[in-house]
Amino acid sequence: MTLRIVVLTKPVPDPAAAAERLGPDGRLDRAASPAVINGNDEYTLEAALKLADAQDAEVTLLSMAPATGVETMRKGLAMGAHRGVLVTDPALAGSDGWSTVQVLAAALRGMEYDLVLAGFDTSDGVGGVVGAGVATLLKLPYLSSAAKIEPDVDAGTVRVRRISPTGFDVLEAPMPALIVGTQLLGEPRYPSLKGIMAARSKEVVTKSLADLELDAAGVGGDAARTKVTDTEKPPARSATQVVRGTPDEGAKAIADLLASRRLI
Amino acid sequence: MAGKDGAGGAIWVVAETNADGSLAKSSTEVATLARTLAESAGSEAVGIVVAADPKAAAEELAGYVGRVVAVAEPNAAGNAWAQVAAQRAAAILASEPPGAILTGAGSDGRDVAGTLSALLERGVLVNATAVAWDGGPSVEMSVFGGRLVTTSTFVDGEWGIVTVRPNVVTAEKAAAAGTVDSKDPEGDLDLPLVKVVDRIEEAAAALPIEEARVIVAGGRGVGGDEGFKLVQDLADVLGGAVGATRAAVDSGWIPYAQQIGQTGKIVKPQLYLALGISGAIQHKVGMQTAGTIIGINRDPDAPIAEFADLVVVGDLFEVGKVLLEELRTRS
Repeated sequence: MTLRIVVLTKPVPDPAAAAERLGPDGRLDRAASPAVINGNDEYTLEAALKLADAQDAEVTLLSMAPATGVETMRKGLAMGAHRGVLVTDPALAGSDGWSTVQVLAAALRGMEYDLVLAGFDTSDGVGGVVGAGVATLLKLPYLSSAAKIEPDVDAGTVRVRRISPTGFDVLEAPMPALIVGTQLLGEPRYPSLKGIMAARSKEVVTKSLADLELDAAGVGGDAARTKVTDTEKPPARSATQVVRGTPDEGAKAIADLLASRRLI
Repeated sequence: MAGKDGAGGAIWVVAETNADGSLAKSSTEVATLARTLAESAGSEAVGIVVAADPKAAAEELAGYVGRVVAVAEPNAAGNAWAQVAAQRAAAILASEPPGAILTGAGSDGRDVAGTLSALLERGVLVNATAVAWDGGPSVEMSVFGGRLVTTSTFVDGEWGIVTVRPNVVTAEKAAAAGTVDSKDPEGDLDLPLVKVVDRIEEAAAALPIEEARVIVAGGRGVGGDEGFKLVQDLADVLGGAVGATRAAVDSGWIPYAQQIGQTGKIVKPQLYLALGISGAIQHKVGMQTAGTIIGINRDPDAPIAEFADLVVVGDLFEVGKVLLEELRTRS
C-alpha cells in the first residue's frame, strides 16, 4: 500500500536576502519579495522523503502562494517530492492565518492522503497556529512538535515523538492525521543534479478559489480578521562597547557592566 | 453590558499546567497581562484551566485574575492536551463572548490558539511582545528577523485570540485572590483524541530557557563538552540557564531544547552572555530583544559586534575563567 503524504510548504521571503517589501496595508508584498521554501517546512519535507526512501510512498507538496510559488516549489520537487499543488488566486493576497487555514483545509478536502505534515512555524509570520487550525476544520488527529514520525501502514496508525518539557511524549493516532514537525526530524537534503533535472518535468497542479469552491468573500485580504495598524523599525541599541586587552581586562569590563545594570 | 461582538466582554486566559499539576509560569505572565488589559477595558479577567485535576492550578491562577473556571476533564490526561482543552474552552466562550482570549506562545499555547481559531472562526494575533488596549487588543510583534516591529489589531472591533511570548510581562499577583468555579465538561469531544502511549524522560534541562532571566549561551567557538562546562559554570554563578546555537546543537554538545534562533526558541532574558557566538542572523532572531547582550569572541568583526552592548575580543576560555572567578568574588 502506498503511503500518501502531503507536505505543506510555504514560500517565504528569503531571510538571508533581508529584502522584504511591504504593501500599503502594511502586509508583506509577496510578489515583490524574493522567496524560498520556509526553513521549517524543509524539515518535514525531509521526514516525508525519508519515509519514501524506506517504503512505498508518494509525497505531494501543497502551497498557497502567488503564481510565482511554482518556482519556489521546484526546489521541493528537486529534493524528491513527486508532485505539487499550488493554490493561487489574486483574491488571496493579504490573507491572514484564519483565511490560510480555510484555504488549505479546502484544498486537502479534494486530495487523498494518510499524513499531512506542517512545519513548526514560518520565518515570516512565526505564528505556528495554522496546522492546528487545519486539523480542527478537517477533524483530523493532531500531533505536534514532532521529533520523529513512524507510520504503520498495515495498522493504519502513526506514532510521533512529541517534544515535552521533560523529554518526549509518544503519541499515537489513526491515519489520516496532521503532524507538525520540528528540526529534530533531521537535516534537509540538498537537491541532486538529477533531482533538479527531474523536477522540471514534475507536475504542479494550480487551483483557484473557484476550483476549491470557496467563496472569495470569506477568505483573502478583504476577509482578514486582523490588520496592521503601524510598522516601525525597532529602536537601535546603544553603541557597542568593544574591549580588546588582557583576559583580566575583558572579564572586568563584563563584571562592571553587569554591576552597573544591577544584573549581579 | 456586552455590546457589538462581545465589546465589554472579559479578557480570557486559557492556562497551561506543568506535569505536576501546578500552573505554568507562562500562564502567570499571560494572566497578569489579562488583568492589566481588563482594567483598561473596564471588564474582568477570567482564567480557564482544563485538566484531569485542575484544582491546584485553578487556585494558583485565581491569585492573578478575578475568576477562574476549572474544568475537570478526564480526557486531558493520557491524551494530547491542547485540542481537548481548546474544545472545552470554546464551549464556555460560546456562551460568554469575550473581549479577547490570550494564550502563551509556546507549543501548547500555539496549539490551543490554532484550534480555538478554527472552532470559533476567529483571527489570531501571534507572538505579542506588548499588548495595549484600544477598544480591543493592540498587539506589537517583531517580524522579519527583528528588522521590523508591527502593531496589529482585529478588524471592526471583532474579538480574537492573542498568543503572548514569554517574559514580555512580569507576573504579579492581584491585590485580592479571585474565585474558582468548578465546571463539569459538557457534551462529547468532537475532535479525535490522540493517545499518549509513552513518556520518555531525558536529562532534563534545569530551567527552560524561555523562562530564564539570564542566559549564558555557547556557539561553535565553544568547541565541545569541556567548553560547555564553562558555559554551565557561568550560568550557575549568574543563576541562569544554558543556551546554544544550532551549530552547537548539531555537533551534539547540547540538547535541542536549549537551541536559540530561527529553528529553535525565541528568548528575551534580561542578560544574554554569548560565548563563541558570531551572531549570524539565524541566531540573532532568537535573542536580539534581550535586555543586555554581551559577547566574548575571538573575531572582532563578528556580526554580534553590531548589536551587542559589549563585546570582549579574546579567547573565550581565558576570559571566561577569569570572569567566573570575578563573579564568584563579587556575588
